[in-house]
Amino acid sequence: MNEDKKFRWVGTRPVRPDGIDKVTGRANYGADFALPDMLWGKVLRSPHAHARIVSIDLKRARALEGVLAVITAEDMPDLFSERAQKNGGHDDSNDLAQNVMARGKVFYHGHAVAAVAATSSVIATKALDLIDVEYEPLPPVLDISSATAPGGPLIHEDRITQGVEDAGPSNIAKKVQLGHGDPTEGFELADEVIEHEFTTRPVHQGYIEPHACLAQTSPDGRVTLWASSQGHFMVRDYTAKLLDIDLSLIQVIPAEIGGGFGGKTTVYLEPLAVMLSRKSGRSVKMVMSREEVFRASGPTLGTRIKLKLGATRDGVFTAGEATLHYEAGPFGGSSVMAGCMTIFAAYGFPHVRSTGYDVMVNKPKGAAYRAPGAPMAAFALETVIDEMAERLKIDPVDLRLRNAAKEGTLASFGPRYRRIGCVETLEALRDHPHYSAPLGPNQGRGVAVGFWFNAGLQSSAGVILNPDGTLTVLSGNPDIGGSRASLALMAAEEFGIDYDQIEVVVADTQSVGYNDVTGGSRVTFATGMAVIEAAGDVIRELRARAAAIWEVEAESVVWEQGEARLLGDTARAPLSLAALAKQAGRTGGPISGRAALTARGVGMGFGAHICDVEVDPETGRVEVIRYTAVQDAGRAIHPSYVEGQMQGGAVQGIGWALNEEYVFDSDGRLENPGFLDYRIPVTSDVPMIDTVIVEVANPNHPYGVRGVGEVPIVPPIPAVVNAVHAATGVRYRDLPLSPPKVLAGLAVQSDD
Amino acid sequence: MKRHIATTIDGEAQEFLCEDEHTLLDALRDVLLKTATKEGCGTGDCGACSVILNGRLVCACLVLAAEVEGARIETVEGMADPGELHPLQRRFLEYGALQCGVCTPGFLVAAKSLLEKNPDPSEKEVRFGLAGNLCRCTGYDKIVRSVLDAAADLRGESG
Repeated sequence: MNEDKKFRWVGTRPVRPDGIDKVTGRANYGADFALPDMLWGKVLRSPHAHARIVSIDLKRARALEGVLAVITAEDMPDLFSERAQKNGGHDDSNDLAQNVMARGKVFYHGHAVAAVAATSSVIATKALDLIDVEYEPLPPVLDISSATAPGGPLIHEDRITQGVEDAGPSNIAKKVQLGHGDPTEGFELADEVIEHEFTTRPVHQGYIEPHACLAQTSPDGRVTLWASSQGHFMVRDYTAKLLDIDLSLIQVIPAEIGGGFGGKTTVYLEPLAVMLSRKSGRSVKMVMSREEVFRASGPTLGTRIKLKLGATRDGVFTAGEATLHYEAGPFGGSSVMAGCMTIFAAYGFPHVRSTGYDVMVNKPKGAAYRAPGAPMAAFALETVIDEMAERLKIDPVDLRLRNAAKEGTLASFGPRYRRIGCVETLEALRDHPHYSAPLGPNQGRGVAVGFWFNAGLQSSAGVILNPDGTLTVLSGNPDIGGSRASLALMAAEEFGIDYDQIEVVVADTQSVGYNDVTGGSRVTFATGMAVIEAAGDVIRELRARAAAIWEVEAESVVWEQGEARLLGDTARAPLSLAALAKQAGRTGGPISGRAALTARGVGMGFGAHICDVEVDPETGRVEVIRYTAVQDAGRAIHPSYVEGQMQGGAVQGIGWALNEEYVFDSDGRLENPGFLDYRIPVTSDVPMIDTVIVEVANPNHPYGVRGVGEVPIVPPIPAVVNAVHAATGVRYRDLPLSPPKVLAGLAVQSDD
Repeated sequence: MKRHIATTIDGEAQEFLCEDEHTLLDALRDVLLKTATKEGCGTGDCGACSVILNGRLVCACLVLAAEVEGARIETVEGMADPGELHPLQRRFLEYGALQCGVCTPGFLVAAKSLLEKNPDPSEKEVRFGLAGNLCRCTGYDKIVRSVLDAAADLRGESG
């Protein structure tokens, strides 16, 4: 692509197409739908972290006036017995099925055991109390140490560790390893070697909208679902798989989504709502309470990372080695592979190795959370780099620049990098006035770098030319943070018409081709590519129609500034989009375009953050007093929403660093399933978040887009922790840095 | 037995039947199908259901429906005349102060209440004034800027 190209729309900041609906309350989220015959569905959840279900007696609940259906796993297809035999005892869809409704055993405090549908939510809640479940409690497996201790309780007696030869049953679902060179050799070349262990606790994505859906079923087998999710095709596919329904029979209508951050890339309620609807013959609405969101929807769980870094006295990294244990919840499937792939990814290493263990514990099944696995890995590496810089007496940004990955660097996870912006991002950070601003007493400054792959995956889009010359763009990705605007901007640029003449519709599963989830920072990149291709399809047709009208070859017609022009003929008046639209019926029929693709050439993303903190030595409270986020966006299509991603990710990461954690009692019951006790940052906790958008265009995207949503949560944890060290002299290696923990660290320091 | 409640919502007389357990938020959303006011927690911790009840900012999830007999309730739906936008709504749109948008109705109502009490707040006063409203997407930066500039708009000071 041409970096010097001047754009009319790309890079501007118009009001998003769905903006007015969202500031007036008109926009409909998952819980905002209702049907006249609607029942309310509720889920009974396990009070135990690990127990055998001895019996479930539904008689009393069914007898309650107003209860129309009660279901358990007995009412769902038994995927476990059928598919497990074919797949050596394990299949991810079995895990999903068991997570949606417990079968035989409950695996965490909050695991769904039964569900009811009743004429009101009050009656449905009363009915839950009338379901009699007898449990045989089992010893829970609550953390990495107890999960991996020899002879301890097993969550699944038949689960064998994948990736290990001759493994016996274990709570380790999988072992992975990657890297290149020989770290032992690399550490021998080092003048300084630093090795530490780091731990993090489970944290929740914390989207403000609880999971919600409304299901309508018909006796002929058809299903209609209104659901809030990061992908209505995902909802369709998972629901169909768990209930054994043909995909063509399920229509999922996407609600507006009230935040996801990865946590809405799976299903919890939808299959239950469909089953309750089938049983009752009525439509069924289900909405999680906030307590259910915390207890039963996927957080990202705890981690333990041991990391070793070697460098020469000139500050050249010679080797890196890390062992990562990530909790997955009861079924395996943590983000440990991504942790292994990202941990050393921002730098060049001659010798590097990461070994990961996917550890099963009796906690909620983990779900994706924004750059899954990467923030914890960055916490380990970027704080060790900070310590290395201190030991070598090299500026921490300078040390990073000496080792920063660039085009041609062999990435620790396999490939050689194409054009990336790690160096440019670090240089922009170094040159920002924040980096050299003075600090006061008890204040400190930290910096850190973050990496994320970004995703391509599958996208479909349609562009429809309306008879009045306006355009309707069909996307199949829920708009979680302004993607309607970015798609409309790129379409406006392609057509050379006004942004206001384009309406972007998030179409349901029966109205547009398949799209993978809104995740992996992929929508503006990949669905954007599909929109650009579909626009090209329409423009080709418009040129052909103009050529037919002018009785010339299509090759002699060009599309410029919203109109067809005849090459080399200035006498002939151009044909506008509106003129061609009006004549479409006479020149060959309605005009529309489509594109369906698997997006290749994803642009990997790097960010670098500066954090200033002030630590209160009396209370241990850490206050973030200044923060700057720098990121290579490739190209910012709508800069306000790029900045918004950077600011939101920074604050989410600050919460993770300083305050957020799941607190379990000794039996594995979650003690803080609410926003009062699981406290995410509020307005008064944070300063303005300054942003610098670096644009190192992705050569594989028509506008240079890389994807921006996930990178911003990777640097904040180490940036905050490094700043706390700078303020206090203490190296903290266990999250979160809550006031008691900070005070304890200060006390140890004063004892030394 | 359901209770009959007569109240005024966004200037319009409204009647509804509710159960004893219903909150004002349940009545708005599930009985009257006025879903502009959102539910994020049901325990008064997130502010998504902020409404103004007889001039006072409250979480609708913490008020029983039965309590609003004769009350005057203001929601985001009544912030501006039909076809118009309140300066707060305009600034939120202009700055991109929303991403997913589910917290936005609550923020707008809370900010309106704040500016009615304090027409010229400092950044710190805005931050503490809106500390009862959670947003997980924006990091609050653009929200705070929108409120500060909308306050200037309302004072007639914007250029």
